[in-house]
Amino acid sequence: MPIEKFKILESNCVPLQVENVDTDQIIPARFLKATTREGFGDNLFRDWSFDENGNRKEDFVLNNPKFSGKILVAGRNFGSGSSREHAAWAIYDYGFRVVVSSFFADIFKNNALNNGLLPVQVSKEFLTTIFLQLNENPKTRLKVDLQSQEISLLSNGQKEKFQISHYKKECLLNGYDDIDFLVNLKDEITEFENKDSK
Amino acid sequence: MKAKTLFDKIWDSHVVSSIPDGPDVLYIDKHLIHEVTSPQAFAGLKQRNLPVFRPEKIVATADHNVPTENQHLPIQDELSRLQVQTLIDNCNIHNIELYGLNHPYNGIVHVIGPELGLTQPGMTIVCGDSHTSTHGAFGNIAFGIGTSEVEMVMASECVLQAKPNKMRITIEGNLAKAVSSKDIILYIISKISASGGTGYFIEFAGSAITNLSMESRMTVCNMSIEMGARGGLIAPDETTFEYLKGKEFSPDNKSWNLSLVKWKQLQTDKNALFDKEWIFNAEDIGPMITYGTNPGMGMSIVGNIPQLNSIPKESRDSFQKSLDYMGFEPGSKVIGKKVDYVFVGSCTNGRIEDLRAFSKLVKGRKKADWITAWIVPGSKKVEEQAKKEGLESILNAAGFELRQPGCSACLAMNDDKIPEGKYSVSTSNRNFEGRQGPGARTLLVSPLTAAAAAVTGRITNPGDLI
Ligand code: SF4
Repeated sequence: MPIEKFKILESNCVPLQVENVDTDQIIPARFLKATTREGFGDNLFRDWSFDENGNRKEDFVLNNPKFSGKILVAGRNFGSGSSREHAAWAIYDYGFRVVVSSFFADIFKNNALNNGLLPVQVSKEFLTTIFLQLNENPKTRLKVDLQSQEISLLSNGQKEKFQISHYKKECLLNGYDDIDFLVNLKDEITEFENKDSK
Repeated sequence: MKAKTLFDKIWDSHVVSSIPDGPDVLYIDKHLIHEVTSPQAFAGLKQRNLPVFRPEKIVATADHNVPTENQHLPIQDELSRLQVQTLIDNCNIHNIELYGLNHPYNGIVHVIGPELGLTQPGMTIVCGDSHTSTHGAFGNIAFGIGTSEVEMVMASECVLQAKPNKMRITIEGNLAKAVSSKDIILYIISKISASGGTGYFIEFAGSAITNLSMESRMTVCNMSIEMGARGGLIAPDETTFEYLKGKEFSPDNKSWNLSLVKWKQLQTDKNALFDKEWIFNAEDIGPMITYGTNPGMGMSIVGNIPQLNSIPKESRDSFQKSLDYMGFEPGSKVIGKKVDYVFVGSCTNGRIEDLRAFSKLVKGRKKADWITAWIVPGSKKVEEQAKKEGLESILNAAGFELRQPGCSACLAMNDDKIPEGKYSVSTSNRNFEGRQGPGARTLLVSPLTAAAAAVTGRITNPGDLI
């Protein structure tokens, strides 16, 4: 499926000040029984968000009315664990378009990018600043500009560059996805196979 | 010619083309699929009206979502049944080899690949599952991918991947009594942390590695993902070739010698450079256990949980949160603590060697009354073998039963869930919050340590029992 184009996003943020958030927290395995991609957002961070009787836990940040927005800000090593793309689907389906952290797990990063969810890796210091600002003022806004690869705090203008491969950047800016690209390479791939079997 | 690592050799020979300032187009030799991460990929192909490009390179199994009892009956859980049925339908439509429930080759995807000889040196292997790294034990590049990438490989037999950095972890020396490959890998992760391998592909080397059996090597490579690495591999040697000889899908007599010639070249050149190197001493490793909620939170089974002030300031909250979840105090010991469940199985330790180790220790002893134990073979073949060797009788005599193959309580998608607040001593690979069921508290160990806990009902040093 072509992915949604991403250029600039200005939004409030939701702070999840926890390190090593793994894919089993993002979407517990018992919710992976679906055969479609939709609807995973309902169970995002399920066991942090709801108690065993299905009631919302007030103290979890997603349930805190003070925080909202399309940017999730999380502690270091976000998305570790399984390769389940359901984690990226759940975050996207919930409504986030950017995840900010000081460190991402590899497979999660790929999965996110393949679904139009932008992982923005910032320095440890900048992450701390963002958390501090959000604690002081929950309405703190971030601006993420993919073209210039810049993320900034709108309150004080503090900004930082972030990395993304040129290829993935083009894909996101234009809404391309990898499968179209690969399918167009079929002749080259077949040639590779023939050469290889000799 | 420039000296190359084993990883470079395999990777470079599979690059179809490279995108400038972007990923490589990497050709895939073997694609393994299962019921949980494939349905959306098949649906994607359908939506695009694309065929599966090379169905003969795909092998499918049902493992994550299957019951471990009464497999001859229809699956009770409706959603699980639908997911497994969807896999059957998709494999039929696309002509894909499926080892579904009750097939003699059925089992956990990372157990059956090696035991059937589908996994071979020098290959590129992917699966929509992070523990695909297991296969690297045979000297190949094997890594887990997301469902979009599963769809990519189905559509083109290629995946777009940036080439990772290279790390070598060398372990020299001899292992002490009651120490196994699970302890090696838990030790390594405790040293370099759950994210220390992120961005890297790891080669494991050194005498402590080459002395291991193939099954033990798989346990090591299996958990390379738990330090964040894309995968891990071990150069193939006589042990590898011996293991593969005569397996169902290994090269037959005619092509065996030719394959051997090729496989023997799969070594890291003498002067090849790694981006990072670690060296450990096998003598420093004892039976290990995890005390927290990521696999990096491990220690010697007789050790103390770190004090809060030894943890970097910015990580203390997360550390404390993790201990709160586990019900442990900083600085305390876990040895002697009463536990509730024992799980033996998974793609980490669900092979015959693991069942042998467990059985050997419990033989002539009895399961502790309060322990619920799930002994789950990694595959149908492992199950059959365990019966043939008499392991099942040993287990039964000690008060255990052998279940049917599947992922089971490793991720608790089926009915095998650890209840909230209960302690589970587990041979699987992840101790994440809720991994084995909501609120479950997981302690990762080797099969021997699991056996020691199963008969004493407490966290016990297996070295004290053998
Ligand atoms: S046994 Fe566990 S880790 Fe291995 S494939 Fe199954 S769920 Fe994944």
